[in-house]
Amino acid sequence: MVSQETVNYIAGLARLHLAGAESEKFAKDLEAILHYVQKLDGLDVSVIKPTSHVLNVENVFRDDVIKPGLSQEQALAFSVENLNGGYKVPKVIE
Amino acid sequence: MNLFELTVHQILDQIKAGKISASSVLAEVSARAQTLNVKTNAFVRLFPSPEIKAGPCPVPIAIKDNICVKGELTTCGSKILKGFKPPYDAGVVDKIKASGGLILGSANMDEFAFGSSCETSAYGPTRNPWALDRVPGGSSGGSAAAVAAGQALWALGSDTGGSIRQPASFCGVVGLKPTYGRVSRYGLIAFGSSLDQIGPFTKDVTDSALLLNIICGFDERDSTSLNVPVPDYTKALVKDINGLKIGIPQEYFLDGIEPDVAAAVKAAIEVFKKQGAVVKHISLPHTEYAVATYYIVATAEASSNLARFDGVQYGLRAMPPNLRKSPLIDMYEETRARGFGDEAKRRIMLGTYVLSSGYYDAYYLRAQKVRTLIKQDFDKVFSDCDVILSPTSPTTAFRIGEKINDPLAMYLSDIFTIPANMAGIPAISVPCGFDRAGLPIGLQLMAKPFAEETLLRAAYAYEQNTPWHLERAVL
Repeated sequence: MVSQETVNYIAGLARLHLAGAESEKFAKDLEAILHYVQKLDGLDVSVIKPTSHVLNVENVFRDDVIKPGLSQEQALAFSVENLNGGYKVPKVIE
Repeated sequence: MNLFELTVHQILDQIKAGKISASSVLAEVSARAQTLNVKTNAFVRLFPSPEIKAGPCPVPIAIKDNICVKGELTTCGSKILKGFKPPYDAGVVDKIKASGGLILGSANMDEFAFGSSCETSAYGPTRNPWALDRVPGGSSGGSAAAVAAGQALWALGSDTGGSIRQPASFCGVVGLKPTYGRVSRYGLIAFGSSLDQIGPFTKDVTDSALLLNIICGFDERDSTSLNVPVPDYTKALVKDINGLKIGIPQEYFLDGIEPDVAAAVKAAIEVFKKQGAVVKHISLPHTEYAVATYYIVATAEASSNLARFDGVQYGLRAMPPNLRKSPLIDMYEETRARGFGDEAKRRIMLGTYVLSSGYYDAYYLRAQKVRTLIKQDFDKVFSDCDVILSPTSPTTAFRIGEKINDPLAMYLSDIFTIPANMAGIPAISVPCGFDRAGLPIGLQLMAKPFAEETLLRAAYAYEQNTPWHLERAVL
């Protein structure tokens, strides 16, 4: 059973504020989905290697050559607040 | 016949013959895109009329709202990206522009591509051109509907678990998911990075080959783009499939498939046999685990990818009225609470859960191992088969509202399309008939990595011996 406590803990990790009724709803939804995915427990995977990626490519490098990129102005253009060429966020330390 | 009903290859032939001009095509299709959008909502926005430039393919195209177009709003069907105008073009958009393509606007989609019905879009659902009370499928529902309605001559979508093929099936058009790594993901707003792939929506298989010719190829800006030569896909368009080995997986023909869908797919198998294909009964034994595996792997990747939407770099920022934790954390949590819809929140939560300490091995690691088993199923079958044939979806288009409150039922509508993403293989959906309500049915063909030519040849041979691709939705 997925408790509301767990849901609120996960929401905290995911940086999502849940309103009261939402955590109850998501507890129910997560419960149903987690119950469904439990069918994977029936498989013996003890000797199987995990696949994180389907392609057999490793260490993709490019030449270390400077190319034109976005200007600071372009990169900051869609920030809500910026200051002196950087992103501005609410106060972090008192 | 109206210009908007023609395929791109027909239009290009007529332009070449001097019968019509690119500007008259643009004018007619733009006007239709505009007037019909009230009915279909296929576009979340139309761009100011594009300028005709030199190029081999000067035709109107719809681009899914998760593919960056420089200077034009790109919002991923979400409120959290409200106002975001990318400062660069996606790799595929570069290629479309270089070919002379005319981008009409952004096609509607499920928010962040999370959905199979286009209903989770923050900009309202898209309606299926064949029946306006039905969904167009998803997540690339807007792209599929735009092509089916003649609101664009062709379109681009993205496919993480079936998001090109399932809507193509529901809307009676051709949708192709290329091999993972075949098309650049640069500028595609990421959902599941090990699964996502951009691909074409077209009225027929010939157009699919033409659009693949434009969008495929290496891009150093995407480290998972493979540097493999791109063939001329139109050369694969031959009707000869004599001796082609087609596998029919028993696991894809179980209970739960609508009878009309099963009948249409069985009839399609007969068409292939008649053309000389060799039909073999095969097994992909781990098929039943694919959806469960996908909803762990894809949500894990999504929860990580969507961490970037935090009220700092992009449009939306919100603060709660009273201090809860700290000003910065409150800003993150409130921005994401207001910016994301329910399905996005659900998937972020699920992905965070399966990656969290204490659950990682039991869920995420186990799912990655089952993914290996699913991939091995395909490797085995392709040692003795050229193509695997199945329905694209167990059902035809369902009603708007029918599954939106039952996430699991919605997830299961991708049961036949998810395995190809897990294995990274190419797959196509082509129209193969209509059910008793007049709704399109899709046939799926899958092939081994980088065998898009085999897919196109099989699909073309089928299409040229059936009438389904000639039907148009009446609106």
